[in-house]
Amino acid sequence: MHDMSHAQAAHHEPTGFIRKHVFSLDHKVIGKQYYGLALAAVLIGMFLSWLMRIHLGWTNYPIPGLELLSKNGAPGNVMTPEFYLQLMTMHATIMVFFVLTTAPFAAFGNYFLPIQVGAEDMPFPHFNMMSFWVTFVGFLVLVSSFFVPDGPTLGGWTQYAPLSAVGKVSGPGQGLGVVLWATSIAIFCVGQLLGSLNFITTTLDMRTRGMSMWRLPLSAWAWFITSVMGLTAFAVLMPACILLILDHVAGTSFFVPSNLVINDQLQPHSGGSTLLWQHLFWFFGHPEVYIAIVPGMGIVSHVLVTNMRKPLLSHRVVVYSMGALAVLSYMVYGHHMFLSGMNPVSSLAFSFPTLVITIPSTILVLMWLGSLYGAKLRINSASLFSLGFISMFISGGVSGFFLAQPSTDIMLHATYFVVGHFHMVMGVAAMFGIFAGTYFWFPKMFGRMMNETLGKLHFWLSFVGTYCIFMPSTILEWPETYAVTRRLWTTTHSR
Amino acid sequence: MGKFVAVTIVVIAIVSAIPILRHTWWMAEDISTHGAPIDEQMSETMAEAGISFLASQIILAYFIWRFSGSRPGEKVKHFPGGAKAMVWAAFLLVGTEVLALGVFGVKAWANIYFTPPAANAMPIQVQAGQFAFYFRYPGPDGTFGPLHADLINEGTQNFFGLDQDHDQDSKDDIVTAEMAIPVNREIHLLMHAKDVGHSFFVPELRVQQDFVPGLDVTLHFTATKIGRYEIVCTQLCGLGHYNMKAYLNVKSQPDFDDWLKKQAALQ
Repeated sequence: MHDMSHAQAAHHEPTGFIRKHVFSLDHKVIGKQYYGLALAAVLIGMFLSWLMRIHLGWTNYPIPGLELLSKNGAPGNVMTPEFYLQLMTMHATIMVFFVLTTAPFAAFGNYFLPIQVGAEDMPFPHFNMMSFWVTFVGFLVLVSSFFVPDGPTLGGWTQYAPLSAVGKVSGPGQGLGVVLWATSIAIFCVGQLLGSLNFITTTLDMRTRGMSMWRLPLSAWAWFITSVMGLTAFAVLMPACILLILDHVAGTSFFVPSNLVINDQLQPHSGGSTLLWQHLFWFFGHPEVYIAIVPGMGIVSHVLVTNMRKPLLSHRVVVYSMGALAVLSYMVYGHHMFLSGMNPVSSLAFSFPTLVITIPSTILVLMWLGSLYGAKLRINSASLFSLGFISMFISGGVSGFFLAQPSTDIMLHATYFVVGHFHMVMGVAAMFGIFAGTYFWFPKMFGRMMNETLGKLHFWLSFVGTYCIFMPSTILEWPETYAVTRRLWTTTHSR
Repeated sequence: MGKFVAVTIVVIAIVSAIPILRHTWWMAEDISTHGAPIDEQMSETMAEAGISFLASQIILAYFIWRFSGSRPGEKVKHFPGGAKAMVWAAFLLVGTEVLALGVFGVKAWANIYFTPPAANAMPIQVQAGQFAFYFRYPGPDGTFGPLHADLINEGTQNFFGLDQDHDQDSKDDIVTAEMAIPVNREIHLLMHAKDVGHSFFVPELRVQQDFVPGLDVTLHFTATKIGRYEIVCTQLCGLGHYNMKAYLNVKSQPDFDDWLKKQAALQ
């Protein structure tokens, strides 16, 4: 723990416009920069999802102006199958990395963690500045893939090999598009590693006198736990992306086995493993789910404590539960691979911790519910989004029971059920965490209040709208006569 | 507004639960010998998830209804039993539920993956490539000929890369674009990926399995009902993924024998 004199010495006074607003070392400015980046990213990501949903509703009909976005991808303004997959890949990548990771963790964490622990700033302000600008560059690299000849990659945010590793022979965007995707994500990982180091050190070493770990607010605990996850998860994804880039540009075959024939041409690769990519990706990918949602849990707990006008049922139990989620998140990643061809015994081994992770999740929900009991709950935009978060987390969470078991996953894997599940439990729930934090902390960050009426309107549209979109996705697209599988430009099932 | 939120949550929960409870939308009819435990597991999971979903949403709604607003003069109260009761409840209720699902689920999974195919199971090879499935039957000699990746040529319809001029075992191999199997006969499916990852999903058969390039995966199943069923690829495999499908024809043994003879004649 640091004393105040040292913390004050770490404070950096801005010296000019560039230093104050652009290459700032101030954690508050960097927090706002991250928030601005997430806001730009979410607008792009949301726009892409509109295009996809409009196309799915009116397949083969022109979408006015679509040709402007991609001449090859939308001749006559009609979306081609490859362009649909490219939009889908970019939607998911932008949302998962540059919104759900950036806003609740990097933006709010940067701004509020030092304040909450009683430090003047992060211990490594230059690393902090670098972490934002590196993330920004990563975002530009990703978006730049829209402007290269074949467009962005169409391989989905999971970029399964060998589709992602054999180059443009496997489809439009699979050459330079994949290289740009992998480069962007590798750069993003560097930013997150730098950020995580700062967060961990701030929490462990920069707390002011008297601020013991157990006195930290739950949001600070959530950012701390998330940064520990980030340090280990992104440290695996980054080398995986580098190996993927090497498969493209250096003739290596890390993820490509021998004897693959594409367009009647034997591919010049041998010795690689396609499952290796999946293991590396999901070793990051599942903790990533919690990297997105745990900050939301902390923010919601923080917001509720204020608006319930009483403390949570147990501060420590919430911390232990978030910690248990973080630890278990590394032991469950194989549930994404039940049907991948890995040893079926491994599927069972990954199934049990996946079911067990229900316990800390349930404890968290019970802590929130038990805390609401006897509260004097103030209803405002921030508390509404917090309550919406709990409802959404429950709905998405229970649908996870089906995907945690290999035998039931057989019927639901790769269907819209999965789309509904993850959008509710880690997509929209995390977004509700971001909204709760925004309404709660906006006055502190920007010195003015937000409009409560508009905030409440925002809540109702988001809450009811989300259920109208994703509950049907989970229930109605249940494998009835046939399963409605995901990632389809159009459904061509014959029945 | 708190009360309105509470009512909305209850309405959403009930409207969501009705089609689940009534099985308005449910799985396709099971035509496999191994599917019953999967369906049973699905129903048990549905019951447990449904109860958890409804109970949690309704309690959330009730607490929002009851404890929102200023309520002057009323003091905050603490949950009787405190956090300890909640933690015990979660461990006991969810732990038991999780254990039960986990243990029973093993049976359904083991039926498919831990029991070897019968010695007389009929071998069929399926090859997945962008964006079609092809099937190979071993012919009268009962043996598949070796594959030569360098001989694959769609133009000459050598989809598997067979060398029928030199490989004795390949001479009688029968290659088809549609899959036919005899009813009530166990099939040993040998799955081979030509290019990238694909998947083999027949909901009625209760099978879904990825093709792994560089690794041959096997499945075994028995279909119990004659009919035509769709095989779809569920692993994103490129721009034509949406259109990658084939058909599984389950036929009576005599019909299957006739079909296979006709296919052999077409080779």
